[in-house]
Amino acid sequence: MSKKRRSYMEFLYILPLLILVGAISYYPLYGWIYAFHDYMPPKPISAETFVGLKWFEYIVSNPVRLADVGRVLVNTFAMSGISLAFSWFPMIFAVFLNEIRCKPYRKFVQTVTTLPNFISWVLVFSVAFNVLSSTGAVNSVLVGLGWIDKPIAFLSSKDNVWFRMWLWLTWKNAGWAAIMYLAAISAIDEQMIEAAKVDGATRMQIIWRITIPCLLPTYFVIVMLNLANFLSNGMEQYYVFMNNFNKKSIEVLDLYVYNIATTGRGNYPLSTAISMLKSIVSVVLLFITNGVSKLVRGEGFV
Amino acid sequence: MTTKTIPQKPVLHAGKHVNPMDRQSFGDRVISVITYIVYAFFAFVCAYPFYYIIINSISANNLSERGKVLFWPMEIHFKNYTRLANIPGLLDAAKTSVLRTVIGTVLTVMIAAFLGYMFTRDTMWKRKLWFRFVAVTMYFNAGIIPWVLCMRNLGLANNFWGYIFPMIVQPFYIILCKTYCESVPRELQEAAEIDGAGTLRVFWQIMLPVIKPILATIAIFAAVNQWNSFQDNLLLMTNRPDLNTLQYVLWQYITQANSLKALISNTTNSNAIMAGLATAATATSIRMSVTVIVVLPVMLIYPFFQRYFTKGIMIGAVKG
Repeated sequence: MSKKRRSYMEFLYILPLLILVGAISYYPLYGWIYAFHDYMPPKPISAETFVGLKWFEYIVSNPVRLADVGRVLVNTFAMSGISLAFSWFPMIFAVFLNEIRCKPYRKFVQTVTTLPNFISWVLVFSVAFNVLSSTGAVNSVLVGLGWIDKPIAFLSSKDNVWFRMWLWLTWKNAGWAAIMYLAAISAIDEQMIEAAKVDGATRMQIIWRITIPCLLPTYFVIVMLNLANFLSNGMEQYYVFMNNFNKKSIEVLDLYVYNIATTGRGNYPLSTAISMLKSIVSVVLLFITNGVSKLVRGEGFV
Repeated sequence: MTTKTIPQKPVLHAGKHVNPMDRQSFGDRVISVITYIVYAFFAFVCAYPFYYIIINSISANNLSERGKVLFWPMEIHFKNYTRLANIPGLLDAAKTSVLRTVIGTVLTVMIAAFLGYMFTRDTMWKRKLWFRFVAVTMYFNAGIIPWVLCMRNLGLANNFWGYIFPMIVQPFYIILCKTYCESVPRELQEAAEIDGAGTLRVFWQIMLPVIKPILATIAIFAAVNQWNSFQDNLLLMTNRPDLNTLQYVLWQYITQANSLKALISNTTNSNAIMAGLATAATATSIRMSVTVIVVLPVMLIYPFFQRYFTKGIMIGAVKG
C-alpha cells in the first residue's frame, strides 16, 4: 500500500465519526437560523417565514419580555455569583480534611462526601423531597424537639432560593471538587513542611503559609472556569427544583429558554434567539478568561 | 486455665509520638478536635439522607408515611420492592436505562479508544485539523432549543438512538486516550507494521490491550453519565412514554402526585388493605423504593471506581 493511499485510508476510517460530530455538535449551530424565522412546528421554515431580526428586536422592545429577561439575568448572575464567592470552599474543605491524621476516618469522610457527585439531579431532588417534605426527617426532628409547631415547607418556599440552590450544588459537588485539591496537596514538597516544623511553625501557620499558597494556582484556574461558565448554570438542577412558588427566582437563562419553548404555545424562535446570544457571550467570556489565564500563569486552559 | 499474655511490640514512648516535631501544641489540638467534629457533620449530611431513604423503604409503610422512622428500620418488610414489578411502566423504564447504559458505554469507550489512537497517527491526511475539529466542540454549544430542533430534524427525537448518538463522541475521553497512546512506545506499533499489520489491526491487537487501564476509567464515568442522564429524556422523548428512563419516571413519581395515586389504587387490591396498613403502598413508599432502585447501581459500583477518582478529575482538567 502506498504511503499516500494509506494516509487517505486512515482518514476514511474516522470519517463516519467526524460526520457524527458534525451532525451532533456543529449542525445545531446551523439551527440558529430558527431565530430568524417565524417558526411554528410542525410547519417547516421557508423563505416566507423569514423575519430577519424580529425576535431580537422583540426582546428589547417588549417591556414585559425585557423585564422577564432582566429577572432571569439577575437570577443567573446571583446563582453564579454565589458559586464564585464560595468557590474557595472545596479548597478549604480539602486543606482541613488533609489535616485529619486518622487515615480510616479521613478515607471515610472523603468517600461519603464524594458519593453525591455521582447521583443525578433527579436523585438529589428525590433525596431533598424525602428528607425535607412535611413528614420527612428534618421536619419530624424539628417538630419532635418542639422547635417548630408545624412542618416547614422547605421546597415550596420562595425565600433564599439562590442560597438554597447553592447549598444543594455544594452538597453534590464539594467532596468531588476537593479531590483535585487533595491531589495538589499530596504533590507539595514534604521537605518544605518539615523545614517549617523545625522552625516551630504551628499547623495553622503551615496551612496559611505553605499549603494554601501552593494551591492558589489550581484555585485560580477554577475561578477562571467559573467565570467562563458564568451564564451557563445548566438547566437540570433548576428544572427539577422548580415549582410554582419558587419559579420567579429559580429561572436561570438555561431554564428560561427551555420554559419559553415548552410552555403555552411554545415560542421556539425567541428561545433560539436568546440561546444564540447566550452562546456568543459565553464564547467571548471563554476567550477573555483564557487570555487572563495566559497573562497570569503563562498558559491558558483551552 | 491459664491466661495467655498477648505478645506486644516493644514500645519506646508508649502513647506519644516519638518524633518531637510531631508533638502538637494546645492550639493544634483544638484545631484537630474541631476538624473531627466539623467533618463528622459533613459526612453525616452526605450519608444520612441515603440511609434515611433505605431504612424507610423497608419499614412499615404507615410509620414511614408519618415520618416516624429516623434511626433504624422498624417492622422490616420487603413488600415495597416486590410490588415494584407490578407498577406499569417501571420495568420498561428499567430496561431502557440498562440498555442505554450498556450500549452507550461500549460505544463511548470504543470511539474514544479508536479516535484517540487514530489522532496519534502522523500518517493520516490532515490529522491535526480533524483533531481540532473534534476537540473544539468541548468549548461551545448552540443551546438546548436549537439542539433539540436539529435532533428532531435528524430523526433522533422519540427514538432510542437519541440517547446514544449525541453522547458517544466525547472529546474529553478522546484526548485522554490520545495522551495515553502517545505514552506507549512507538516501537510496539512499528514492529507490528513491519510484520505487515494494517492500521486497524495494530489498533485492535496491539493498542487496545495496552490502553485498557484508561479505558476502564472512561467506561465507569461514561456509564454513570448514561445512567444519570435525564435531560435528553426530557427534551427528546416527548411523545414516547415507552422510552422513558428510570430517572425520568422517578421524577414523575415525585412531582406528579396524582399519577402516583392512580398507580397505588391500581396496584393495591383489597387483599392488601385487609392485610394491614403496614405493607400497603403509599406515595412515600413507592417514591422511596424507586429512589433506592435508581441509586443502587451507582452505589454498588462506587467502591470499585474510587481508585479512578484522581484520573477522573483529570478528565475535566485535561488540555486539548
